[in-house]
Amino acid sequence: MRGLASTLGKRLDSWLFRIRPAESGPIQLIQRRIFVLPSGAGLLLGLTLLAMLLGAINYNLGLGFALTFLLAGVALSSLLQAFRNLLGLSIRPGNCAPVFAGEPANFTLLVHNPRPTPRPALRCWIKGCPVTDFQVSAKATAHVALVRPTRKRGRLEIGRVLLETRFPLGLIRAWSVFTPDASCLVYPQPEANPPPLPTGPSSAQAHQQGAFGHDDFAGLRNHLATDSPRHIAWKVYAREGPLMVKEFAGGDAGEIVLDWETLPMDLATEARLSRLTAWVCQAGTLGLPFSLRLPGLRIPPSAGTTHASRCLEALALFTLPSDHGQA
Amino acid sequence: MARLEPLPLPAHFLWLLGLSGITLAPHLAHLPTWLVLACGVMLAGQALRTFTRQPPLSGLVTSLLALALATGISLEFQQFLGKAPGLALLAGLLCLKQLESRRRRDLRAAIFLALFLQFGLFFRNQGIPIAVLALFGTWIGLAALVSLQIDDGFKGPARIAGALLLQGLPFMLVLFALFPRVQGPLWGLPEDALAAKTGLSDSMSPGSIGELVQSDAIALRASFNGSPPLPNQRYWRGPVLEVFDGRTWRPGSRGWATQPSYPVQGDRFEYELTLEPLDYPWLLALDFPGPGIPGARYATTFQLLAGKPIQSRQRINLTAYPGVQVGLPENPETLARARQLPPGSGPRSRELAASLAAGRRNDGEILQATLQYFRQGGFGYTLSPPPLADDPVDGFLFDTRRGFCEHFASSFVFLLRAAGVPARVVTGYLGGDINPVDQVMVVRQSDAHAWAEVWLEGRGWVRVDPTALAAPRRQSEGLAQALPDNETLPFMLRGDLEWLRDLRLRWEAFNHSWNRWILGYTPDRQREFLSRLGLGQPDWQRMVTILAVCCGLLMAGLLAWALRSRHRLDALDRLWAGFCRRLAKRGLPRLPWEGPLAYAARASQAFPGADPALQNIASQYARLRYGPTAAPGDLALLKHAIHTLKLP
Repeated sequence: MRGLASTLGKRLDSWLFRIRPAESGPIQLIQRRIFVLPSGAGLLLGLTLLAMLLGAINYNLGLGFALTFLLAGVALSSLLQAFRNLLGLSIRPGNCAPVFAGEPANFTLLVHNPRPTPRPALRCWIKGCPVTDFQVSAKATAHVALVRPTRKRGRLEIGRVLLETRFPLGLIRAWSVFTPDASCLVYPQPEANPPPLPTGPSSAQAHQQGAFGHDDFAGLRNHLATDSPRHIAWKVYAREGPLMVKEFAGGDAGEIVLDWETLPMDLATEARLSRLTAWVCQAGTLGLPFSLRLPGLRIPPSAGTTHASRCLEALALFTLPSDHGQA
Repeated sequence: MARLEPLPLPAHFLWLLGLSGITLAPHLAHLPTWLVLACGVMLAGQALRTFTRQPPLSGLVTSLLALALATGISLEFQQFLGKAPGLALLAGLLCLKQLESRRRRDLRAAIFLALFLQFGLFFRNQGIPIAVLALFGTWIGLAALVSLQIDDGFKGPARIAGALLLQGLPFMLVLFALFPRVQGPLWGLPEDALAAKTGLSDSMSPGSIGELVQSDAIALRASFNGSPPLPNQRYWRGPVLEVFDGRTWRPGSRGWATQPSYPVQGDRFEYELTLEPLDYPWLLALDFPGPGIPGARYATTFQLLAGKPIQSRQRINLTAYPGVQVGLPENPETLARARQLPPGSGPRSRELAASLAAGRRNDGEILQATLQYFRQGGFGYTLSPPPLADDPVDGFLFDTRRGFCEHFASSFVFLLRAAGVPARVVTGYLGGDINPVDQVMVVRQSDAHAWAEVWLEGRGWVRVDPTALAAPRRQSEGLAQALPDNETLPFMLRGDLEWLRDLRLRWEAFNHSWNRWILGYTPDRQREFLSRLGLGQPDWQRMVTILAVCCGLLMAGLLAWALRSRHRLDALDRLWAGFCRRLAKRGLPRLPWEGPLAYAARASQAFPGADPALQNIASQYARLRYGPTAAPGDLALLKHAIHTLKLP
């Protein structure tokens, strides 16, 4: 019964608010995507106006009628103002840097205002998450940061997002519900106190050559959250360029092998992933070359942050070949 | 939880403080002194709290303070229901609410209180200045509401609130005209409902009419068939006062008949009388009413009375015969009452009366002697007479010699009675101005007056106006002319300068339509107005339908305005698309990646003759599309440039 009720509730919800699968293109807030209802304050004002109307009738107050009707007219026009404050906004998902499970995911939405007047008093939040207050200037785009807590590794969809305004008087709530096509990669949570990095037969040599991978400049690439600040190309950034990271040609790879199979047998899947994640992070911080071996996947040895990200992504999205049914 | 609003900023508290000041100022005169002080202390405390960022009062302290406030008010007013205690309580709560405000919604509740207090102003006064004041307060209240949304200083909210008021105005007009009016009251009026209305009362003591004169509220209107009576005939008869207790005059007999006791003859005026609802039964007819008025009562003292107090505006068709003789013959009981004086009162006046009566042969000569005394006694007519202590009659006749009409009438009748002549006081209105707009004579509370009636053998009751002896122009030209020049008059009554007189006329005409259309827009007048608009005699269902249609149209208009800017952008794109199509027809389509300037450069190579025009169009379009802001005429300029483009 409960299942049926919740299914019905979801159907009603999705019909009422036109919930659809995530929309890839920019989301245009057109008339029928905007909902308008009086807020709590609006209902309170309604009661006040009712009291005024009764008083005006009872005491035959001509001006009492006038003031009551004026305020009612103002409330009606504020309804349209609230609606107009959302109308025509267009929303695109922005980048979302990967995070480790347990850290909040920071989504960005780009809210564009094509109108030559500003849009004040906007609020946006992911359903069930904290609110971000913002405004968009005339013909401008605002970057709205939305947080969503993460618990599990994998790809986290942004989910249902609400954009609301109570402009201009707080009496009317105009809002829109949409699901942008944005997701955040959530790496497994690194194990808190992992055993030391497993070193292969020639690991001593690798350690001696540890600095080797820092010498040969190989190029620039975009900055990732996991990058060490030592590798950031500050000169590029100082020229108002993007935040870039210098990449160096790795040294002799293959010394450190992070292998699923060599982990203790009693470790569960998630615990294994956690430990591997912690090791990848360590190796990445030290700039050591390493390779990663998972069931059904082998990432050849390399060093640098691109390599580390690739490994972390593999860990985040990993499913045991036999686990398909359970996942 | 997750969607809580941010906490209010100090600027919001300042908005509320300003709003409270503006809201409470016009109420202060009607609040008890202790409450005014309490409000002052609370607002000062709130200001201090805002600047030193102290936490708000706790719920317990607030409840205790609210309880103390309510107790104080119920002790002060001896009741808790009704307008005065209600408004006092709201005023106190407005100040208290801010002290305990923690969140924005608390501030919103306080703003709604303030808005209701604007409405509360109208319980006491519905004049134009009060309306302006309330509108200003409403504007500031709305601006405070806006400031809670946009956190943006003071100018922005004020501007937005002003725009909202302007947008609310058409709704107000439609609702005001079409909302089906119900004749109030819906339930029994609390006792003080009509207390604020000024009007004649059925007794007269020194100062009671002088109070009325300060009010320019309308008492009655009369529209005459044919020419109106002369100014010195415009005596509108109210309560006739026969019993004197040394200070206050009260009515005596209350007998009445359904027809007048006098034969009508002589000059005759026909008029339609409109009476304001002032909660008394006197129909305030012009002396003396003719027969045949259905439902009216002819009192033995020649007033016209309604069956019950008038509580809504009434219209009656009346006739008046100013020349008839009344009180022939008169009931001896009435004459005896008209000679009575309270024992011991006015000893000096009695001596004066005796000396005036000495050697006179009849009542007529005594009357002449008394009139002579008033004419030559050096009496002054003033709106602010010096206070009279023990014996008002003696005090006026011998000490102050300055007074208003009730002083003159009261002491004049006293002297005549002391000399044995039957006399009595009549109160009512003297005067009336023809409004040039609709030729209706308007009589205001400021025309309230008291005069005397003397019974003479063979002539009956004769009207004598002792005030006219000291201030002759009161009778013929009205109050403003009768008062000495140094008298402080209400500004609108002054007529010494031409432009001021003109201003006054305009103001009065405006005031008249204000009273007629705003304050007096009753169910009757609504029906009249709607039928004049060609809507027939609509019932309430039809009114609601028309109302809904009008409001719907207004909303649609606003919606069109809301969608307007989008269309304006579309217009620019349409122009550009048309331009591109024209070039495409000449074999030069715009490439998908080509910007306007590059496209124009390419086109200029193809059509060297049209080079400047093409460059101009492209740069204009680029500026309008990508530039900062477009001036209103720019689109038309671009349109013109595209239409006049000639390709070789």
